[in-house]
Amino acid sequence: MTAFYFVAFLSIFFALMTIFTKNPVHSVLYLVITFFTFTVHYIMLNAQFLAVVNFIVYMGAIMVLFLFVLMLLNLNKDTEPMKSNLVKIMGAVAGMCLLATFLGAFRVIELDNGFVTGNSDVGLVKNLGKVLFDEFLLPFELSSILLLTAMVGAILLAKKETKEA
Amino acid sequence: MKELIWLIPLLPLVGFLINGLGQKILPKSLIGIIGSGVVLVSFLISCVLFGEVRAWRDAGESGAYMHQLFDWISVGNFKLSFSFLLDPLSSLMLLIVTGIGFLIHVYSYGYMLHDEGFGKFFSYLNLFIFFMLLLVLGSNYLIMFIGWEGVGLCSYLLIGFWYKNSDYSSAAKKAFVMNRIGDLGFLIAVFAIIATFGSLEFAEVFPKAAQFPMGDAALLLITLMLFVAATGKSAQLPLFTWLPDAMAGPTPVSALIHAATMVTAGIYMIARSNILFTLSPVTMQVITVVGIATALLAAFIAITQNDIKKVLAYSTVSQLGYMFLGLGVGAFTGAFFHVLTHAFFKALLFLGAGSVIHAMSNEQDMRMMGGLKKNLPVTYITMLIGTVAIAGIPPLSGFFSKDEILAHAFFASPVFWVLGFIGALCTAFYMFRLLSMTFFGKFRGTEEQKHHLHESPWQMTFPLIVLAVLSAVGGLLNVPEALGGGHWLGEFLSPVFADTNAVATPFHLSHSTEYILMAVSTVGAVGMAIFALNKYGRLTSTNEVAEPSFLYKLSYHKFYIDELYDTLVVKPLDALSIVFYKVFDRGGIDRLVNAVGEFFVLSGRGIRQIQNGHVGFYIFMMVIGIVAIMLYGFLHV
Amino acid sequence: MDHIIQHIQGIPLNHYLIFCSIIFAIGVVGVLIRRNVIIIMMSIELMLNSVNLLLAAFSAYRGDASGQVFVFFVMALAAAEVAVGLAIVIMVYRNTKSVDLESLSKLRW
Repeated sequence: MTAFYFVAFLSIFFALMTIFTKNPVHSVLYLVITFFTFTVHYIMLNAQFLAVVNFIVYMGAIMVLFLFVLMLLNLNKDTEPMKSNLVKIMGAVAGMCLLATFLGAFRVIELDNGFVTGNSDVGLVKNLGKVLFDEFLLPFELSSILLLTAMVGAILLAKKETKEA
Repeated sequence: MKELIWLIPLLPLVGFLINGLGQKILPKSLIGIIGSGVVLVSFLISCVLFGEVRAWRDAGESGAYMHQLFDWISVGNFKLSFSFLLDPLSSLMLLIVTGIGFLIHVYSYGYMLHDEGFGKFFSYLNLFIFFMLLLVLGSNYLIMFIGWEGVGLCSYLLIGFWYKNSDYSSAAKKAFVMNRIGDLGFLIAVFAIIATFGSLEFAEVFPKAAQFPMGDAALLLITLMLFVAATGKSAQLPLFTWLPDAMAGPTPVSALIHAATMVTAGIYMIARSNILFTLSPVTMQVITVVGIATALLAAFIAITQNDIKKVLAYSTVSQLGYMFLGLGVGAFTGAFFHVLTHAFFKALLFLGAGSVIHAMSNEQDMRMMGGLKKNLPVTYITMLIGTVAIAGIPPLSGFFSKDEILAHAFFASPVFWVLGFIGALCTAFYMFRLLSMTFFGKFRGTEEQKHHLHESPWQMTFPLIVLAVLSAVGGLLNVPEALGGGHWLGEFLSPVFADTNAVATPFHLSHSTEYILMAVSTVGAVGMAIFALNKYGRLTSTNEVAEPSFLYKLSYHKFYIDELYDTLVVKPLDALSIVFYKVFDRGGIDRLVNAVGEFFVLSGRGIRQIQNGHVGFYIFMMVIGIVAIMLYGFLHV
Repeated sequence: MDHIIQHIQGIPLNHYLIFCSIIFAIGVVGVLIRRNVIIIMMSIELMLNSVNLLLAAFSAYRGDASGQVFVFFVMALAAAEVAVGLAIVIMVYRNTKSVDLESLSKLRW
């Protein structure tokens, strides 16, 4: 029980660190930790498959990609562009407004205050596979096309431009 | 076999689609075969159906058969089905439309062979047949109206077939606009029928109408509006001026649409709705007067025209006037009989005129013709038969049908008979004038034309011969009792007019009176024919009369009716539209529209400042927007 | 494993909602206050992840696997988005020698 609140606290803390750290490289590292706490959340929900995927895809692939780009562009604290304070405060206020709206909304809609039981088996690879390859087969195949497209697109965009005609 | 009734209109539609879509690809011979073939098959089916209807009639039944295709409109308790009605009247019309239609298709093959729009022409003809069959077969006023509009459209398309000539296309427009006036009448009548009877089905409207008292106001409105529709389509006063101009179309079109079928749609419609008209004596009187006036006026104009097709056109208007006279005096059978015989001989005359024009290398002026008897023997003999028939000389068909109408007119009032007789004299005169100017005397055209003279190919002469035979013997369908005939057509059609016969005063003339009437009209017609042959048979110069008299000029200029309409309707409308254009359109609507445009240009110039290109700003605005939407949503749950 | 499940049983659904909203709001604030395009993309990832977690929580709450399948699709989408997005960033950097969002102000009339 307390584990959830502890991990949740860690998530929020590292998320805040991610956006407030000046050095982009540190930002990425904090984000990795945030995602790690998310993995823990998934385990606590007994969503084992998601936990593994989150671990591999987000923390492994995507974060490495971010780091790789940062290094490729040789960005560090010195080159970091900063916004003026006014814009920062405005942004923070807007974000807080959004949060307040969310919380207010939750009060208004009055969910039945049930408890999340982490003991369902739906998150197991076997069950998830049955749903994914039966009910969601077409979206699954479509997402493969999406990934292929993204791959081609990324290569095309990042390629050094050949001599322009 | 009666279940196959839907094939009759469908086949020409298929022909239209094939010829219309394939007009650039298909060879001409194939287009001709498809175009004529579909109509021929329709004709054969019509023949079989006619045989069945006859068998029913012989067995003493009414001979009506409803074929429902599908429910078309079903709103509340108003139901309308797409259904066909087969009864003695429509089965006869089917024969006319498909039979004469087929002959004219065959003729067109010869006539239009060298025209570049050959495929287009055949597809239009097929489309026309399709709509005409819808009009004839429809079992309610709405289907009839679809056909009514459709034939108007085809008429427009075919009059303006040679659309590159602006005179021809404006003639097409004139026909279309004139028809629209009539169509408006039809629409109003349809609405009035729905309001009065709650249905458009003939089978429901007529029995209900039969319960109405004589001279009911609702019936008066309906019938007057239907008659307006008929004046438009069947070219009666005051809407007849489009028909002579419609001669701009190819001659087979004039024969098919503007003589044999479409223009008789008005008569068919009134004969179909006979009970409504019988119960509105005022409308009947209007029809009589308009019919006789049209018949006389058009006959007078026809006397002096020099264009061979114009003469026939005015003759058509005049004969249509006769039919309306017949309807007006309650001779529904007689009017329909005249439709039938007129379809034979007028189609024949038009096709003969087409043959002459073809031989004369598109010369239409009769003053340039003459002496064609030797060169065009088949055309000459067939046209002679047609002329004798239309002049009302026994024993050819025109005599019987005209005689029946005139007898009924005499029964209604001798004045009508006298007027109709004068019209008949004119008819005999101008038709023999046409015949003698064309075929007798000396050739007056150019040397080149003379060299080129030739009899038409068999595709053109074959329909002429068939129609000539029909014109000659068509009258035997309805030989009056006075001449020892069985009045077969009247008997055959009697269930259609059953309601009317129950209400109207029965027609009765003593046999001796009928003999006198017949003798007088025959002698008159023959006399006029001889007079015309004498006067024009030896015409040598192209100048017909040295000193045109006042009446001659009046007739030659068509009583200045076109000019009258121009002054009374067109010019004021023009002036009014100029006023509307300057005051309302330029001053009001344009300024309003421009103001709206300028408002958006100016406000766009202001709002554009927000679109500053800073992505951060956009995101910020997006967040504000999301917050606003959510606040709105939850404050208003 | 059972031990953890025992522990988790007391968490109300509301708390998941609040927690995920906070993470989402942090992502939004990150997008708003930073000018580095890469950090902004990371903030977007943060937002996506908060929604993912919420979906998983609802899935567990209702015992319906569809929610987790959705998470799977969102991850696939995120991977695609990051790949293309970072490629664009590289392009932009190559052209402007900067990853500043403000340098991308060509998107205007």
